[in-house]
Amino acid sequence: MAEIRNYTLNLGPQHPAAHGVLRLVLELDGEVVERADPHIGLLHRGTEKLAESRTWVQSVPYMDRLDYCSMMCNEHAYCLAVEKLLGIEVPERGRYIRTMFDEITRLLNHLMSLGSHGLDVGAMTMILYTFREREELMDVYEAVCGARMHAAYYRPGGVYRDLPDSMPRYETNRFKNEKLVKQLNAAREGSLLDFLDDFTERFPKCCDEYETLLTENRIWKQRTVGIGVVSPERALALGFTGPMLRGSGVAWDLRKKQPYAAYDAVDFDIPVGKNGDCYDRYLCRMAEMRQSNRIIRQCIAWLREHPGPVIVDNYKVAPPRREKMKSGMEELIHHFKLFSEGIHVPEGEVYAAIEHPKGEFGVYAISDGANKPYRIKLRSPGFPHLAAMDELARGHMIADVVAIIGTMDLVFGDIDR
Amino acid sequence: MDAILQPFADFFGPTWPVVWSLVKIVVLLAPLMVCVAYLTLAERKIIGFMQLRVGPNRVGPFGLLQPIADALKLLFKEVIIPSGASKGLFILGPILAIAPSLTAWAVVPFDDRAAVADVNAGLLFLLAITSIEVYGVIIAGWASNSKYAFLGAMRAAAQMVSYEVALGLALICVLMISRSLNLTDIVTSQQPVRLAGFGVGFLSWNWLPLLPLFVVYLISGIAETNRAPFDVVEGEAEIVAGHMVEFSGMAFALFFLAEYANMILVSTMTSLLFLGGWLSPVGFLPDGFHWLALKTAFILFVFLWARATFPRFRYDQIMRLGWKVFIPITLAWVVVVTVWMMSPLSIWK
Repeated sequence: MAEIRNYTLNLGPQHPAAHGVLRLVLELDGEVVERADPHIGLLHRGTEKLAESRTWVQSVPYMDRLDYCSMMCNEHAYCLAVEKLLGIEVPERGRYIRTMFDEITRLLNHLMSLGSHGLDVGAMTMILYTFREREELMDVYEAVCGARMHAAYYRPGGVYRDLPDSMPRYETNRFKNEKLVKQLNAAREGSLLDFLDDFTERFPKCCDEYETLLTENRIWKQRTVGIGVVSPERALALGFTGPMLRGSGVAWDLRKKQPYAAYDAVDFDIPVGKNGDCYDRYLCRMAEMRQSNRIIRQCIAWLREHPGPVIVDNYKVAPPRREKMKSGMEELIHHFKLFSEGIHVPEGEVYAAIEHPKGEFGVYAISDGANKPYRIKLRSPGFPHLAAMDELARGHMIADVVAIIGTMDLVFGDIDR
Repeated sequence: MDAILQPFADFFGPTWPVVWSLVKIVVLLAPLMVCVAYLTLAERKIIGFMQLRVGPNRVGPFGLLQPIADALKLLFKEVIIPSGASKGLFILGPILAIAPSLTAWAVVPFDDRAAVADVNAGLLFLLAITSIEVYGVIIAGWASNSKYAFLGAMRAAAQMVSYEVALGLALICVLMISRSLNLTDIVTSQQPVRLAGFGVGFLSWNWLPLLPLFVVYLISGIAETNRAPFDVVEGEAEIVAGHMVEFSGMAFALFFLAEYANMILVSTMTSLLFLGGWLSPVGFLPDGFHWLALKTAFILFVFLWARATFPRFRYDQIMRLGWKVFIPITLAWVVVVTVWMMSPLSIWK
C-alpha cells in the first residue's frame, strides 16, 4: 500500500477570503486541517519606525492606516498617549465628540466585519446591506474632516475642529435624477448632528434586517455554532481582547474598566457570549452595534446642549485660530513653531489603550523630550487573534478556516503595521 | 408541414433525415444559448435588485447587451493551458461538461409531442446523460494539476453522485404514477381527470400528491447544478473557483454555459414532472408553450432567490443532508406511493 501523506495548501495571499494579504499554510488531511500556519508581514510598512523620524502630530495620519476599518479609534489611542505624556486634559466637548466618533467607528468596523464574515460564509447579500449603512457613516467622516477613510481628525489635545453645520449632499447626474437626489438628501438638510440623529433612529431597524438574514438561519448556524471554540481561560491566556474575548463570556471592556473620553458619563451595556464560538462572537458584535447606537444617541443629545471648545487652548500643543494668527505676533510665532518644529513632549514613557472595535489597541510611547517620539510600540488587537489561528482551526475543515478568518475580523494594516 | 418539407426532402435525398435532425438541433440550441446568455443577465439584475444594487447598466439600454459583451470578451481571450496540466484532459474537461448539458435537451418536450426526439425512455436517457456531466468537472479538476481544482473536483464527485441518488428516487415515484418514461406522457398524465370541469388544473399536477418529492427534487436540483447554497464545488471563498480555477477564455465559458444550461434544464424538468409542463393552471386558459416557459422562469427565479438569501453549506453538511435526509425521505415516499397506488384510495386509475 502506498504511503498516505498529508498535503499542504497555500491559502493566500491572493485569495478571496484572505482579508487583504493573509497567507495561511494549511496542512490538510483530506479537507481536515491538521495545522494552520499564518504568515505575516506582507503589509509591513514600518509604522513604528516611521514615527521615530516625524513630529508627534505628523504620526497621527499613520495611525489611520493601521487598521483601515476603524480609523479614528487608532488615532484616539495615539492621541491619548501623547496627552498623557503632556499631562493635558481634553475639553469636555472634545471628549464627547471623541466618544461619539469612536462609536461611529465601531459601527463602521463591525459593519465591515459582519459583511465580510457573511461573504466568507457565502451570504453575499450581507456585505451589500451593511455597506448601505457604512456609506452614510462614511459621509459623516467626510463631513467632519473632509476624508472618507483616513480622517486625521483627532489631535493631541482634542479634535481638529468642531462639528460642521452641513452635510455633504448628492448631486444630480446621468444616473441620479432630481427626484432621487432630493430623496437621498432628505436627511442631509440640517447639521451633522441632525443627520446622525436620523441615522441612529433608523439603524436598529437595519440591525433587525441583518438578523433576519443570519441569526436564525439554519445554514448560518450550522456554519458558525461550535466552530473555533475558545474557552474563557484560553482566550485570556492567548491575549484575546474585544469581541473575541467577550464571545467566550469574559466581560472585559476598557470602556468600563478604565474609562477614557466620556465613557464614564454615558450609559451602555457590555454584551458577552457564552460558548466562545463563531456564532456567539457574531451575536456579540451584533449586540455591540446596538449599544454603540445607544451611546451615539446620548452623545448627540449632550453635544446639542453644550457648545464649547473642542481642543485645548494651549498654543504649545494646538494651533491658534487662524484669525488670531493673522493679526497677532505671538500667535504667528506659535503657529510657525508648531507647524515647523512640532510639540515638545516631556521626557517619560507611557502606555495608553482604548477599546478598539477589534479589542485592546494600545500605544506605548517613549519620549526623550524632543519633538519626535524616541520609540513607539503599537499593540494591535488582531495580532494575538491571528496567532491563535492554529489552535482555533485545528481539526476543522477548510470551509471553517474561512469562517474563523471572518470571525477574527482580521485587518492586515494593523497586524503587519 | 410535411407538404412544405417535401421539396427539401427530395433535394437532399437519402441524407434528408440527418439534415432535418441538424436543423431541429440548431432550432433548439440557438434559442437555448440565447436563454443562457440572458439568464446570466437576469441573474445579475435580479440579485442586484435583491442586494440594493442596480446590476449591469452600461452596455446597451439597461445593460441588455452585457451578455453579448461578456461572450465576446471570453471568445477573444487566450485559453491558457498551465505547464503542469495534462493537455488533452484539460481540453476534454470543459467539452465533457457542456456536451451532456446540451444533449439532454433532445428529449425535452416543449409542447404536446414537440421534442427533437420523443423517445419512450426519455426520463432514463435524461438521467443517464446528466450523470456524465460530473466527469467533465472531475477531469477538469484533475487535469489542472492544482490543489484547489483538485479539491473542487473531489467535492463535485461526492456531491453530484449523492444527489443523483435522491434525484433518481424522486423520479421513480413520478414514473410510477405516470406509468411511463416518456416525458410527453408524463405531462399528459397530469391532465385533470377527476377535477375536470372545475377549472383548477393546477391541483391535479404531480406537485400536490408528491409534495415532499417536489421539494426534494427542487433542492437536489440546486445541489446537482452546484448553485448556492450548495456551491461548494466552486466555493468562492474557500477554494476560489474549484475545478474552473485554471481555466480562461472560452474553456472557462464552456463551464459557465454548461452550468446555466443545466439550471434551465433542471427548472424545465421540474416544470414538466411536477408542475404540469405546458398545461394551463386554470380551465379557462388554453394550454401552450408559454406556460412551460413561465413555470421554468419561476423555478429559475427561486434558484436566484436562494442564492441571494442563504449562506453556503459546508461540504460535509451537504453530504449529511443528501444521505441522511433526502434519501430516506424519497425512499419512504416511494413506499407510501406504492401503497397508495395499490389501495382503493388511489387517485391514479
